[in-house]
Amino acid sequence: MTITWLIEWVNDSWLGFLGLPGAFILAVIIAGLAIFGLVAVHAIVAVYVERKVAAFMQDRIGPMGQGPGLHAGKWGLLQTVADALKLLVKEDIIPAAADRKLFVLAPFILFLGAFIAFVALPFSESLVLADFNVGLFYILAVSSFGVIGLILAGWASNNKWSLYGAMRSAAQIISYEIPAAISLIAVILLVGSLNMQAITSAQSGTVWGILPNWFVFQNPFTFMAFFIYFIAGIAETNRTPFDIPEAESELVAGFHTEYSGMRWAFFFLSEYANMFIVCGVAVVVFLGGWQSPIPGLMTGRIWGLFWFMGKVVFLVLIMMWIRWTFPRLRVDQLMNVSWKVLLPLAFFNLFGAGIWSLWLD
Amino acid sequence: MATVTFWLIILLTVFSALIVVGSSQLIYSAVALLFTFVGVASLYIFLWADFIGVVQIVIYVGGILILVIFGIMLTNKITSVRISHTSVQRGAGAAAVVVLFILLVTMILKTPWLEIAAVEPDQTVASIGKMLMIDYLLPFEITSVLLLGALIGAAMLARRGR
Repeated sequence: MTITWLIEWVNDSWLGFLGLPGAFILAVIIAGLAIFGLVAVHAIVAVYVERKVAAFMQDRIGPMGQGPGLHAGKWGLLQTVADALKLLVKEDIIPAAADRKLFVLAPFILFLGAFIAFVALPFSESLVLADFNVGLFYILAVSSFGVIGLILAGWASNNKWSLYGAMRSAAQIISYEIPAAISLIAVILLVGSLNMQAITSAQSGTVWGILPNWFVFQNPFTFMAFFIYFIAGIAETNRTPFDIPEAESELVAGFHTEYSGMRWAFFFLSEYANMFIVCGVAVVVFLGGWQSPIPGLMTGRIWGLFWFMGKVVFLVLIMMWIRWTFPRLRVDQLMNVSWKVLLPLAFFNLFGAGIWSLWLD
Repeated sequence: MATVTFWLIILLTVFSALIVVGSSQLIYSAVALLFTFVGVASLYIFLWADFIGVVQIVIYVGGILILVIFGIMLTNKITSVRISHTSVQRGAGAAAVVVLFILLVTMILKTPWLEIAAVEPDQTVASIGKMLMIDYLLPFEITSVLLLGALIGAAMLARRGR
């Protein structure tokens, strides 16, 4: 179900009187709404799960229902829905000293970076909006919109904490993009393609007859590359232990200190959308994408979607587990980890994967 | 439909480029430059050069534009939001623009353009890789040494300032 299929479907339905341009615009709107729905639902569920995970890890009970007629539902299931409604109706404050145009624009550029990456994610064998040649590279590229959104948000707020948060965030994301990309290149080298579906298809079958033939199990170098990518991915999403851009004890809330209401919600939405993207890329590249963990069992379109989402949710849960386990890194430690540990390891991996593909395969 | 898409891309590129040159505030120019780069990348993708299009975004949006914005933010007092730039020597500038415009139009009209069929190529990345790694390996390697030299030089200059 690509966008081309969607255009044809709209054109063949009773909406055919719109003609091809009309069908094209309608198909793009439908696809956009579907992605937005996924992002919003994922954020609402993930925030609830995150609060519960945090609570259980700290021996608390987290959000709970408060009796009949009161808010939040059973086990606090409606807590984030209530939060989202509150954010929708909250007063939208723009500080007098802020740069108005950029202040309004920044959250949207940030969200755009996360949003358009979904276009290339293969949710199942046939469900991918655009299955193009350079899919993986495209996802890595559009993440740079996010950095620009962050810097603009920090700068336009005209607040020292926002500016420091934005600078730290930009430095961090630019530093961690490099080990992430190089660890992905190790897999691209073995597949010989940047197409997301081709990378997924290269992982069918089994290794040694037991494990699924995913890249994380295929050889020692891709095994290590998975961990390098995942650590760098956590850093790119600005989550603890790499959350110095919004370090509460130092910077109030970092780049989104001055934001409130719906604009603030967009920062939150893009953080959770970015988590989904990072985990989605890790799943496609290292964990077999929509392929079943037991080869030949429970395969097909619907199962493919189930496996892909299941693996992504699993990685998102691991991200939450890490968040509530490790303390925050210092700025210098953060840069050390990226440039002196992850980057040399990623280069070693790339070299090893090259030798592996030459002589051992 | 292709024509509509093409003109939408052109509109985005040219309109944002006008803001880049016309805006009186440097930071707005930098933000408008983002949309110009996206428009140019879309043009590449529109011409089935998807790899070049994505490279355009990685290098210009992810690298150069971020450097430009950093530059604007760091060269001024962070508390003052208004940084403006003015245009000087308008007469000479206009003359240069007219000469350049005539030159470009003559070039566009006189070049025998190579027309290829509007068919999506099977692969774009692999042929670029073969070109870089086999046909043009020496220039490619020399460029990488040059960039390494620039990197070391920049680090040297930054250290001396301390």
